[in-house]
Amino acid sequence: MLELQNLSKYFGGVRAVDSLSLKIEPGQIFGLIGPNGSGKSTTVNLITGLLGVTNGSIRLSGEEITRLPTHVRLSSGIARTFQNIRLFGQLTVWQNLWVAENSRAQRERTSFLARWLGGESGARARITKALEFSGLSHKANELAANLAFGEQRRLELARAMAAEPKLLLLDEPAAGMNAEEIGALDERIRQIRDSGITVLLIEHHMELIMAIADRIAVLNFGQKIAEGTPAEVQANPAVREAYLGTAETSTRGTA
Amino acid sequence: MDFYLGLLQIMGVHTLLGLSAYVVLLTGQVSLAQAGFMAIGAYVAAMLTVLSGWPLIAALIAGALVAGFMACLVGFPALRVHGLMLVVATLAFTEIVRLFFFNFDYQIARGSIRVGPLGGEGFRQIRYFPENGWTTLHVAIFIWSVVALVMAALWWMDRSRAGAVLRAVGEDEIAAQSCGINLTAVKVSAMTAGGAIAGLAGGIYAHYTTHIEQTNFTIMVATFAIAYPILGGLSSIFGTVAAVVFIQGFLIEGLRFLGDWRNLLFGALIVLVMNIRPSGLLDARTMATLRRLFGRREG
Repeated sequence: MLELQNLSKYFGGVRAVDSLSLKIEPGQIFGLIGPNGSGKSTTVNLITGLLGVTNGSIRLSGEEITRLPTHVRLSSGIARTFQNIRLFGQLTVWQNLWVAENSRAQRERTSFLARWLGGESGARARITKALEFSGLSHKANELAANLAFGEQRRLELARAMAAEPKLLLLDEPAAGMNAEEIGALDERIRQIRDSGITVLLIEHHMELIMAIADRIAVLNFGQKIAEGTPAEVQANPAVREAYLGTAETSTRGTA
Repeated sequence: MDFYLGLLQIMGVHTLLGLSAYVVLLTGQVSLAQAGFMAIGAYVAAMLTVLSGWPLIAALIAGALVAGFMACLVGFPALRVHGLMLVVATLAFTEIVRLFFFNFDYQIARGSIRVGPLGGEGFRQIRYFPENGWTTLHVAIFIWSVVALVMAALWWMDRSRAGAVLRAVGEDEIAAQSCGINLTAVKVSAMTAGGAIAGLAGGIYAHYTTHIEQTNFTIMVATFAIAYPILGGLSSIFGTVAAVVFIQGFLIEGLRFLGDWRNLLFGALIVLVMNIRPSGLLDARTMATLRRLFGRREG
């Protein structure tokens, strides 16, 4: 589905992402973890094209997308959510989804007038479905800015889903959520995968990612230090070192 | 009576001007180029009726199209600059257009007189209305019919997906791009539509005043253009109309008895309104209340 080859991004002398190669198979939940500043969000921004790559290539379903502008990538089958929620606050919940659904309509070559001016019935049905999926049906006419935090997170996910992507990038979707909300999120991400969408999940919440990821890659200082099933990654000494420090440094730290 | 009809005509043209800035403001671009587009529309439409003998409607449409085309050209470089830099760049455009017409001579003989734009002297004898026997009332009705048409089109656009997309770009460009929106296409389209509406306003203005010159299209006009939607609020086109009535009807005409003190109070009242109603005369909440009062459901 998604293939990164020797992907690098340097900011001056800082190697935010350093020769990263990943292969995400269709239908997987692929977890990307790592300590703060390890290059996870940069990777997402490289995949979506918000940042230009220094080196390397990105392929989506075998097609080279490394040099395509953001809106082309995002309308051709990638959707994302943001670590810091970025909704259109002064638009209603419905309008937020309506905007995103446009890229689906574009892909299917819906006629210009129906797409921009008409209340196309297919779009209505899809948006209604996305609202039900995220439990926001009763808030459809509310301004997005007036929603509670958890609802805003759900709306952002619904907005990404409204585009009917092949690949969904989730940048820390559980940040700021309580245990109950994380439980619901866990369920929702599984449902998304079961509907045939590949998920790249960036998360700090280990319990969540270990529970639902099919495969995990670990980043540290922009480099991939481990990759495998959740069990393999948890057993990997390099990962323990990256997260906890080595035995020596941690004793030195506490002394 | 003629005074009030004249006031109605001014309000009509300024409503169009405000709406032209409204469309552009929705995408988060503050443009001071609207006065320039208005000047282009005014000169083009007037030259077509006076020099080429075109019918009025065709000339107005042509003026709007030329202004829209220029706006499209301005839209591309404008993409590269944001915020204050965009204000400065569009202000420069308005000045360039004004100075162009300051130096623009194109006169032909019509009987014993010469007609056409003459640099700093301006463009006199745009006598389409009097020559064809239109009264002030006719002109006022015509102007407001055009305004109603443009308002209906924008109102419809505002409620469509296109309206949501314009606002989405205005709110958060990164999120909009990440929803697959082509920022270039959206911003340039908004600029083009805004330019065409300003051009239309210019064409109408030229014909009802019968005399235009470069001083009619200064930065002051550009400031008015963006003041209307900002003061009126961006939640609906009716905010812009309310602001035009408030400024042109109440502040400028209603305070005339104050003489020289008027401008002082004018400024003070705008500051006061912006403080009491920071998101415009008709903000989202007022609109929601109005909708409830009239029992309308949101689509």
